[in-house]
Amino acid sequence: MIPASFDYVRPESVDEALEALTDAGEDAKIIAGGQSLMPLLRMRLAMPDTLIDLDRLDSLRDVRDDGDAIVIGALATHHRVLRDPLVRAHAPLLVRATAKVADPAVRHRGTFGGALAHADPASDLPAVAVALDAELLARSARGERRIPAADFFVDWMTSALEPDELLTGIRVPKPGEGWGVHYEKFHRTAQAWAIVGVACAVRRDDGRVGDARVALTNMGPVPVRCRAVEEALAGGAAIRDAAELAAEGTEPPSDLDGSAEYRTHLAAVLTARALAAAAAV
Amino acid sequence: MPRIRVEVDGSSYEDDVEPRLLLVHYLRDRLGKVGTPVGCDTTNCGACTVLMDGLSVKSCSVLAVQADGREVTTVEGLRAGHPMQRAFHEEHALQCGYCTPGMIMASIDLLRENADPSEDEIRDGLEGNLCRCTGYQNIVRAVRRAATEMRRPASEEVTS
Ligand SMILES: Cc1cc2nc3c(=O)[nH]c(=O)nc-3n(C[C@H](O)[C@H](O)[C@H](O)COP(=O)(O)OP(=O)(O)OC[C@H]3O[C@@H](n4cnc5c(N)ncnc54)[C@H](O)[C@@H]3O)c2cc1C
Ligand code: FES
Ligand code: FES
Repeated sequence: MIPASFDYVRPESVDEALEALTDAGEDAKIIAGGQSLMPLLRMRLAMPDTLIDLDRLDSLRDVRDDGDAIVIGALATHHRVLRDPLVRAHAPLLVRATAKVADPAVRHRGTFGGALAHADPASDLPAVAVALDAELLARSARGERRIPAADFFVDWMTSALEPDELLTGIRVPKPGEGWGVHYEKFHRTAQAWAIVGVACAVRRDDGRVGDARVALTNMGPVPVRCRAVEEALAGGAAIRDAAELAAEGTEPPSDLDGSAEYRTHLAAVLTARALAAAAAV
Repeated sequence: MPRIRVEVDGSSYEDDVEPRLLLVHYLRDRLGKVGTPVGCDTTNCGACTVLMDGLSVKSCSVLAVQADGREVTTVEGLRAGHPMQRAFHEEHALQCGYCTPGMIMASIDLLRENADPSEDEIRDGLEGNLCRCTGYQNIVRAVRRAATEMRRPASEEVTS
């Protein structure tokens, strides 16, 4: 199918983009890599009046060192993220998860910022942003604000961005020494979305897992931080016992890929696998 | 209507296009490059894969306006008897052939990054391209064969 008609704007700078967003109002849609939006336009599930194309905003593609964090431009493609030396050095969890996103052609176009702004609960990267305590940098004509990843995902396909706000970057804190990471994605066919995914980072302390950060993909309308697992590990629980708590407080969906009960079971099994893999580093 | 300038398979084109025109429809309906087919509405099948500025993209999921100022290579832009095309023929890597243009372009992209991929790396690299006929075995063989052939001149230079 072909998309419904729309006006097309291609700003050359962030300020121009913000102006276009303010002018166009609620019926405008931003397009970054288009890898989530194009199928929606083609199926006419999205019919914006105006499409604002960020393609020329090259200043938002870079990754930079910001002292105790790295800042990844919202328009950095998945392809770029996988190869960037700063990301590889300071955010290996993001690299592992991004390698499991879609396929090479989609990764050439799709952007980190787009994957977060889309706020699809089955997407792999929101859980990673939550596990890494990332902050999302949002800008509008009214100013700039930092949104903690834990507050960014509001509901199914709904982010905390206001209609006139642009996601400009993602600030990922550098981990200290001794952290191991893993992303465990369970899916049945190549290129498919996660039925359940587990993002985790752990620090070994005297041969035990001490600090841990765990977040789940597709166990509810937004990514879920597993505080119960983290606290159990901090209290000295073994990985297997702590992982049993993974689904606590989640509202997993039931769909063609699996029932809520099946996902609850998967969450515990995959969390145990992810923690064991991360702790072995 | 925005005016775009693109280079496709070595020739320059300048055209006014509706913003909603998909790159694949521009290639097929405006430029007559029907070598690139459309297989789905969901960006899943990869039949429409072309190279844009050297990287594989699904041309059903790029707007023609987004190709403005860029260079596009379709399967029609490959020189006759390209080693990948030959390998697909010789290894019987197609039946109906619908997926083949996309498979060939994605395979060329794969070898650009990895000149000697293992079977697993080929399966991974072609993850975004679906084939309903072959069961993939011969496609993997064809890519291995093309990789060997495409590496040959370089290695001969090194040893001579
Ligand atoms: C076949 C296929 C398989 C896939 N498999 C996976 C998978 O396994 N795991 C996974 O995580 N993802 C998967 N994806 C999605 C992919 O990761 C997309 O690249 C990503 O979701 C969207 O990024 P984009 O830049 O293409 O965003 P777009 O499609 O351009 O935009 C998506 C949404 O975000 C908004 N937006 C984009 N950028 C900004 C910004 N800077 N500021 C404000 N709003 C913005 C847009 O308005 C739109 O609503 C898949 C996609 C396809 C087509
Ligand atoms: S036609 Fe199926 S991915 Fe483009
Ligand atoms: S040969 Fe028929 S789809 Fe691949």
